[in-house]
Amino acid sequence: MSQTLTPPRTQAPRVGTSAPRPDGVPKVRGMFAFSSDLWADGMLWGQTLRSPHTRANIRSIDISAALATPGVAAVLLHDDVPGRKIFGLEHPDQPVLAKDEVRYQGEPVAIVAADHPETARKAADAIVVDYEPLTPVCDAEEAITADLLHPDGNIFRSLTIRRGDQAATGEIVIEGTYEVGMQDQAFMGVESGMAMPCEDEGVELYISTQWLHADQQQIAASLDLPDDKVRLTLAGVGGAFGAREDVSLQIHLCMLALYTRRPVKMVYNREESFYGHVHRHPAKIWLRHHATARGEIVKIEGRLLLDGGAYASTSSAVIANATCFANGPYKTPSCEIEGIVVRTNNLPCGAMRGFGAVQACFAHETQMDKLAAAVGCDPVEIRLRNAIAPGDTIITGQEITGTAPVRELIESLSRHPLPPPRQDGGGRQDGGDRQGRQDGRGRAGRQDRQDEGDSASQHTSMADPGGAGRTADRSRIRRGVGYGVGVKNLMFSEGFDDYSTASCLLEGDVATIKCACAEVGQGFVTLSQQIAREVLGVEEVVLAPIDTQIGSAGSSSASRQSWMSGGAVMRACEEVRAKLLAKVAVEHGFAQDDAEDLLECADGRVRSKDGLLDMSLEEAVGDENIFVELEYRHTPTFPLDENGQGNAHVAFIYAAHRATVDVDLDLGLIRVVEVATTQDVGKVLNPLQAYGQIEGGIAQGVGLAVMEEMLLTDGQVRNASFTDYLIPTALDMPEIAIVELIEQPEPGAPFGAKGIGEPPAVSSLPAVAAAVRDATGLDLPRVPIRPQDIALAAEKL
Amino acid sequence: MSEHYQLRVNGESRPVNDAWLGESLLYVLRERLGLAGTKNACEQGECGSCSVLIDDVLVCSCLVLAASAMDREISTVESLAPDGDLSDVQRAFVEAGAVQCGFCTPGLIMAVHDLLDQKPSPSDLEVREAISGNLCRCTGYVRIFDAVQRVAAEREE
Repeated sequence: MSQTLTPPRTQAPRVGTSAPRPDGVPKVRGMFAFSSDLWADGMLWGQTLRSPHTRANIRSIDISAALATPGVAAVLLHDDVPGRKIFGLEHPDQPVLAKDEVRYQGEPVAIVAADHPETARKAADAIVVDYEPLTPVCDAEEAITADLLHPDGNIFRSLTIRRGDQAATGEIVIEGTYEVGMQDQAFMGVESGMAMPCEDEGVELYISTQWLHADQQQIAASLDLPDDKVRLTLAGVGGAFGAREDVSLQIHLCMLALYTRRPVKMVYNREESFYGHVHRHPAKIWLRHHATARGEIVKIEGRLLLDGGAYASTSSAVIANATCFANGPYKTPSCEIEGIVVRTNNLPCGAMRGFGAVQACFAHETQMDKLAAAVGCDPVEIRLRNAIAPGDTIITGQEITGTAPVRELIESLSRHPLPPPRQDGGGRQDGGDRQGRQDGRGRAGRQDRQDEGDSASQHTSMADPGGAGRTADRSRIRRGVGYGVGVKNLMFSEGFDDYSTASCLLEGDVATIKCACAEVGQGFVTLSQQIAREVLGVEEVVLAPIDTQIGSAGSSSASRQSWMSGGAVMRACEEVRAKLLAKVAVEHGFAQDDAEDLLECADGRVRSKDGLLDMSLEEAVGDENIFVELEYRHTPTFPLDENGQGNAHVAFIYAAHRATVDVDLDLGLIRVVEVATTQDVGKVLNPLQAYGQIEGGIAQGVGLAVMEEMLLTDGQVRNASFTDYLIPTALDMPEIAIVELIEQPEPGAPFGAKGIGEPPAVSSLPAVAAAVRDATGLDLPRVPIRPQDIALAAEKL
Repeated sequence: MSEHYQLRVNGESRPVNDAWLGESLLYVLRERLGLAGTKNACEQGECGSCSVLIDDVLVCSCLVLAASAMDREISTVESLAPDGDLSDVQRAFVEAGAVQCGFCTPGLIMAVHDLLDQKPSPSDLEVREAISGNLCRCTGYVRIFDAVQRVAAEREE
């Protein structure tokens, strides 16, 4: 199976080890309280009524029948929003509840609270809304010139990155237009939470989110309450991947609780969840590469068009990312690349893992393969010839001052053996033969067992494209191999005041860490404990509740929390250590200024480095607890100018992927056999968690490559269920080979570590697509690749 | 909303009072009996997060009417470590790094116990097939496969 790397089983708790998750045991016992698991005496259930129309005027709303339903405690509309009637993460433009117009299917129109979820649903159904359907604008290109869909206009943002010699051209010119479908984050834990009214007229909200304080500000504005009367606590979060960065049911829950003066719980069902959060932007990207005869990039022209859907969300930041990284991790002396993100009547789009870099990567990596073909070299070589390196300047004019081991990533990956060929002898073995790197190495011991079993033929079929259906004509299965290399920025860009807050309290030999960093499954809780142990030498680290009783930690997104909240926890612990050592120095006659040089905290003890002083932490701290709370910031970034130039980003992370696929030419079915990867990580803080992030991210990239797409017709969603929106199952998941994590400490990063969550979802996508092209010879300019894209072209193959 | 009946859950008889007969077993376990370890992620039998055993058969509790499970033995994730002493599968999930957000975990643990009880030494493909009805969005399943094989190896010893 996919145990290319066996994680160390050490349970040692410090930085760099596979420390166990502190929430692991309650999670496996079913005792961990997710936001849908909350319960309170006298609790009501909330329900949302949503627009069935893509775009419509609302002529009237009659709530009388709903209010008359026994068990119903509240039915609230737009005019019942006490304060600001709109919300939005970067640019508030979305009604908390629709008033005169609905702009996408699923837009919230009314909210209900009742004593049973079924009663609430029935009451919502009893609300009579008189709609006047309007002609929707669902095509992004059309939206640019269409009548305004919103008073704020149809263009969320457009920018152009212009650099170098615009007249430059090359001997080789390659162009193409690429499309990426709308992906859903499909976290397992649907949107849910509970709000409780407080005696001070405030409200408490237990919620699954990525950013408590951004929610708090938006809720407070809409409730017309000061921030400190809106107190949020993170409830257990069942995955996020970007979908919880925006407000969904937060304001609704608080409105219902304050109106009814009772606790209110709300849990979306899966269908509603598809309407209830933003998605990955569908994209249409045109790129034209000019290159020398050797394939060195001279200039790139491009236009990226993203469909932002009905409301702004984080569209303006997503298009900046997509445009900034449209050339990929390659030297590009000249460019003119335009990025536009528009408003349509489709579902709103916003953050999803990779945040603009995913769409761009699919386009630039497909271009690189075409360039390789035009030059007559292999996909690895073309990437090596153009790989960016430290000291180079990216297309925004920013010099890479940190690490950028792009060449190392590609070389390491290309040295890794391909997976063994198909055992049946059917089909070509293109990938192996053509690459000349097939080593035919035997499988691991466990793999062999299945081949010896009495049902071996059945099992082999299960591994074919189509799996359990066993419909593949095995002679028509083709193997292909493809590469993808990607780049992503870490943390927030373009001058955003990006910070995290943390505190450390040292009481005897116990450290208590508090930070509002949303634990969404990524394992910051583990890391937080590791950092405290590393810095203070303590064994026991208590994690205080994750809530708004401390300042913001920023969002658990943009691969930023290991650096930002990790940095805040590290600094807080370091300051506590400095205070402790200064105190010990004074008490024991050391020079206070030299305390950190002469003394150390380790293994639960404070020691002088000369060995003369050695005391327990408990003794050193004594009765004077030490407490430090601080904010941590990364180096400042700056806005892009009118030519898209500026030091807009903090740091960059890179990854490379190689996919091997088997394709059934007749049925268009794809089995992703293996994805091998190398990743730039700075430093691994927790190997087991790093592998987990990489494997999970690749699963999402594979999903977008071959199966995941929200299907909309005139803005109407056709597949809002797990029956129809497919995500990879255990049978779909390829073998994962984590070939190498390249550790080059990043200057300025806590412990030298880069965030690692997003890159696995960025370049795994184009690698899979390239492998399918290699197997079929088809252009396949669109993902996800659908069976018909292959099967209907099969006569050509 | 006025039906009264009894369910046998984790070896105990549990009264269900003032219930609506349309309630799923998942809803009754979670909201009436306080057994929230069984999760709700799709409520249409696609994701496996609500997996429980009824008379030793693995089912999606979202697809079972609670009242139809009267007189049958229902086992939930809470039955595996009542005193906090983890089952071998639970322990392996923690140690192998098979848990991230943890939402799919209880359902997967029920499915893996069921698999290993029936087939102590499954091949890798058999593991994949057996848990292919349990969706996980965080892990890519790799560490889950590892956890299953760790238990299989331990049980062989």
